[in-house]
Amino acid sequence: MCLSIPSKVIKIDENNMATVDTMGVKREVTLDLIGEPVSVGDFVLIHVGFAMNKISQEEALESIKVYDEIVAKMNSEEIDPSEGDANYAT
Amino acid sequence: MQLDLIEGFRNPEHIKALAKLIKQECKEKINVMEVCGGHTHTIMKYGLPQILPNLIEFIHGPGCPVCIMPKERIDHAIALASQKDVILATLGDMIRVPGSKTSLQKLRADGKDIRSLYSPLDIIKIAQDNPEKKVVFFAIGFETTTPMTAVMIEQAIKLDMKNLYFHINHVLVPEPIEAIMSGGDSRINAFLGPSHVSVITGYGIFEPIVEKYKTPIVVAGFEPVDVMEAILMLVRQFNKGRCEVQNQYKRAVSKEGNTKAQNLINRYMEKRSHFRWRGIGDIANSALKLKDEYARFDAEVVFDDILPKEQIDDHKLCICGDILKGNAKPYNCKVFGKACTPNTPMGSCMVSSEGACSAYFKYGQFLNQGE
Ligand code: SF4
Repeated sequence: MCLSIPSKVIKIDENNMATVDTMGVKREVTLDLIGEPVSVGDFVLIHVGFAMNKISQEEALESIKVYDEIVAKMNSEEIDPSEGDANYAT
Repeated sequence: MQLDLIEGFRNPEHIKALAKLIKQECKEKINVMEVCGGHTHTIMKYGLPQILPNLIEFIHGPGCPVCIMPKERIDHAIALASQKDVILATLGDMIRVPGSKTSLQKLRADGKDIRSLYSPLDIIKIAQDNPEKKVVFFAIGFETTTPMTAVMIEQAIKLDMKNLYFHINHVLVPEPIEAIMSGGDSRINAFLGPSHVSVITGYGIFEPIVEKYKTPIVVAGFEPVDVMEAILMLVRQFNKGRCEVQNQYKRAVSKEGNTKAQNLINRYMEKRSHFRWRGIGDIANSALKLKDEYARFDAEVVFDDILPKEQIDDHKLCICGDILKGNAKPYNCKVFGKACTPNTPMGSCMVSSEGACSAYFKYGQFLNQGE
């Protein structure tokens, strides 16, 4: 039931309805559940037609930076490349 | 940017690097329950048990709102939908789940007006467009979905709707965790906290459980990199002898959660004294109902005389209950993948794509069944 993909707000109308873009799919959601101000360009999480909250881009990018650093560190330590190399069912 | 926000958390390089770190650092057995069905799905889809050391074992929790619905509640929906003048609306997989005799899907094929909605927002229009009908919203879901129902109740009151009713089946996360742990015989020694429930409740809600049962909880996002990082955080807590609530899903979860949503829930709903969970049994204070002052909208009150009262248990062979408690895996069930498949579900864990049996059926070929 949960859709975890961040959606970008591209329009907000006077009824507090937002048009969001989820990976190219556009849909209408209500912002009625969000207490803080939402602006065009923000990312939100969507659940059954409602935006649940804003997603912090800074936090997301900070996490990704940490992962990139771990990757760099692991590569430089020359660990057996076959280790942990299972198939990913992506 | 949008792509980054998604791909960064699915990046195979990130997954591999975290797997290596976990392998290096993990020293003791961690039986981690992922409370939420969404996590079960991610774990199986990306084959995470395969790339993690054997010391990490996943136990699939009760966090799928469709899976834990006891048959007698589904029979309520069926009784309501069978009325001539009723339109029954609900979300997601609910209409496929068999009750004691039939399912909503079959009833719909027989011509009853049953609607599977993308969003509860649609119920107002359905009620307005059908003034001669009674529209019942069969509301399901954890803390994530409860505020959406609360918004609809608020609207129904504002618009003074006379033909819209709510059958509330909203359930809570902390109480079943408590029920599983309080038996004292659970193998679970760590939890992955739910993603979207925590968006609403805040991660602070798990602090009492951590304190009481000395099991660390890491609230994790839904992507595979999120789950891997959360496992690493758990490993590090064990290594340092710590036991706390940590928040891996920082980009979406705060300690307090969405207080506007919490206030809406508290305005219209209150705890039930108890609720029967399919497979687990009766759990005190584990679900919500409408407050008495809104009884005119409460389908359980308004339609009381037609709702069946008896409790109905699952098929004798179904071990969903043991799976939900972490004492068995789907392939331990005699009928798994044979008599019981997603097309012919005998138990609820096979019905929803978030259920453990269904996830094993779909992705189970990646698993070593002898673990
Ligand atoms: S395979 Fe079917 S019958 Fe067996 S535990 Fe799972 S849902 Fe129940």
